[in-house]
Amino acid sequence: MLSVDLAARKAGVRPGTPVAKAQALYPDLITMDADQEGDRTGLEKLALWFQQRIAPLVAVDVPDGLVLDTTGADHLHGGEPAMLAEMVRRLRDAGITAKAVVADTLGAAHALARYGRARTLVVPAGETAAAIADLPIEALRLPDNMIEDLRALGVATIAPLAAMPRAPLALRFGPDVARRLDQAYGRISEAILPVRPVDPVMVSRNFAEPIGAAETIARYIGRLVPPLCQGLEERGQGARRLDLVLHRVDSRTEAIRIATATPVRDAKRLVRLLCEKIETIDPGFGIERMVLTATLAEPIAPRQKISSLIAEEEPDVSDLIDTLANRVGHRSLYRFAPVESDVPERSFCRVPALAPDDQKDWPEHWPRPTRLLARPEPVQAMAELPDQPPLFFIWRGVRRKVKCADGPERVFGEWWQGDAELTTVRDYFRLEDASGERFWVYRSGDGEHGETGSQGWFLHGIFG
Amino acid sequence: MSTPLSRPPLEALRDQIRRLEGSATRRRAVLPFGIRDIDRRLPGGGLALGALHEVAGGGNDALNSAAAGQFAAGIAARTKGKVLWIVTRQDLFAPALKQVGLGGSRVIYVEAGADQDVLACFEEGLRHGGLGAVVAEVARLSMTASRRLQLAAETSGALGIAVRRWRRQTEAADFGQPTASVTRWRISVLPSESLPVPGVGRARWLLELIRARAGESADFEVEACDGKGRLSLPAAVADGPDQEKAGRRRTRA
Repeated sequence: MLSVDLAARKAGVRPGTPVAKAQALYPDLITMDADQEGDRTGLEKLALWFQQRIAPLVAVDVPDGLVLDTTGADHLHGGEPAMLAEMVRRLRDAGITAKAVVADTLGAAHALARYGRARTLVVPAGETAAAIADLPIEALRLPDNMIEDLRALGVATIAPLAAMPRAPLALRFGPDVARRLDQAYGRISEAILPVRPVDPVMVSRNFAEPIGAAETIARYIGRLVPPLCQGLEERGQGARRLDLVLHRVDSRTEAIRIATATPVRDAKRLVRLLCEKIETIDPGFGIERMVLTATLAEPIAPRQKISSLIAEEEPDVSDLIDTLANRVGHRSLYRFAPVESDVPERSFCRVPALAPDDQKDWPEHWPRPTRLLARPEPVQAMAELPDQPPLFFIWRGVRRKVKCADGPERVFGEWWQGDAELTTVRDYFRLEDASGERFWVYRSGDGEHGETGSQGWFLHGIFG
Repeated sequence: MSTPLSRPPLEALRDQIRRLEGSATRRRAVLPFGIRDIDRRLPGGGLALGALHEVAGGGNDALNSAAAGQFAAGIAARTKGKVLWIVTRQDLFAPALKQVGLGGSRVIYVEAGADQDVLACFEEGLRHGGLGAVVAEVARLSMTASRRLQLAAETSGALGIAVRRWRRQTEAADFGQPTASVTRWRISVLPSESLPVPGVGRARWLLELIRARAGESADFEVEACDGKGRLSLPAAVADGPDQEKAGRRRTRA
């Protein structure tokens, strides 16, 4: 066990307990494999977030800590206690339980954050020694075997350890104990290795004379994009999102944002996407500065071209997808993918237009209507019970006599979706009226048992 | 005057007309229906690629566009490559398109808010040229708009199908207005073929070719698209001439 949640801790499971033992104690214990790599990248992301919000120097302290140099940054957040409270609150909102301590030294803050009682604590300058005196020696970042040996000597907390003569300690345990003590008390300095965010590729241009005409803007977009693509190429990346910020002479800004479905480094295509949006901006009295930033970039993987000997290459439509998506929005551009469900309205889901094809498709056992009504419309119908198709039905005020019919195709409720569907049944019929129009009609219920549905009739689709 | 025009002058005349129409450089490719009776009526022997075609439902189907939609899906299924389907309100049932051979992985849907957006996306799709077919459900289609679409299709060689779908029955009279599309079809449902057992047989449609550029209008009674998007002639009609011929042979014998 590397880590346990609050409920498990209450039940008596501690980090370090073997999994088999814990499971023997609590058979319904939920365990998950540790993902140390994932934890590390998560921590790095969190560090970047802290760097933007709290203080510029942030280091990752694996496996579970962050070190911030907040010197000179606390007043921006209303003082140190307020800053700590804010940090812990924000982390709690994100679902992370955290403790935060400000102290003179990294060693002391590290020790108090892990072995102290308080959720947030500010140690006043110069009181570090008193604050850490009663902490256990584990707080000193010493190797486990060394801690065991020290405990065997009868040393349990930091204060007695600090009071011991240095020379015998160094002789027995090496220089580490003294070094860690000095680091905690601030006698020697300790460097941190701050994370460095990767700056997005950015190009800008200032104008001596403000520009305003759409053609001029388009021309300068055409000049900004190639250096940006050059920058992306140096990193082996392609743009997924571009922000063009236009600073106007009256110190207001206008912005154009384009997004692409796949990473793109083709200058022509990006220029075209940007230029299509020129009409959405208001240049006012003129634009004096243009900044183009690739706010989201992803690596471009080289692709193997298909030889015409093997198969014909499918034309690339991603540029069209981008153009359309920037016009109507990404949500309005999609494909339908099959979902394994017999309930018609649940048998499909929307996936992005360029999502990889998973080779699945809908079964073709039964005819399906070309048009499926967004919600089934109630119809009045007369039918013999329990499983005969209707003789006639009235939909939208028109009475239709059924000439021939197919069915029933019984669809059961999906009990795993909720208790309400435990017993529900739909009986689908394909009906054709005298004029040849074909409809998909169902009865809610099996015609015999009241708990299977209301026994009312609904029209759900129209066949071609 | 029964002597037909000799071949070369007729060809020359056709060339001249083609040059006037501005499509002299490329020979038009077509997508045949695979039914001789229909293909014979269409110039070039099939639906012209690189052109705009209009499809509308007859009767109640003008509002629902179920048959018209399926007809368009059947045509799109027989093309190669991805299909762009532009709608204003989404009520297509993808499993049904799969049943006429248009699998879910091939169709990209665009949901545009207004008719203008539909037309803009339609034109963009036609201009791209990498798609098998572009289908758009539009209500109003003016001469100017259709001319733009037709030109876009001509430049890229894409197949454009405008499924005309109206909100009210009274608006369906709009289908009489002239547009620049190459063909115009109206699909009406007919009672399905009667089966010897209870059940619904294969759907039948009345296919009205209302307008065909450089062709004549015609009516066909067909059976709806099969699993690969192909139409077929009802057995009675298909067998008719053969039976007749056989009968004649028999009488002659």
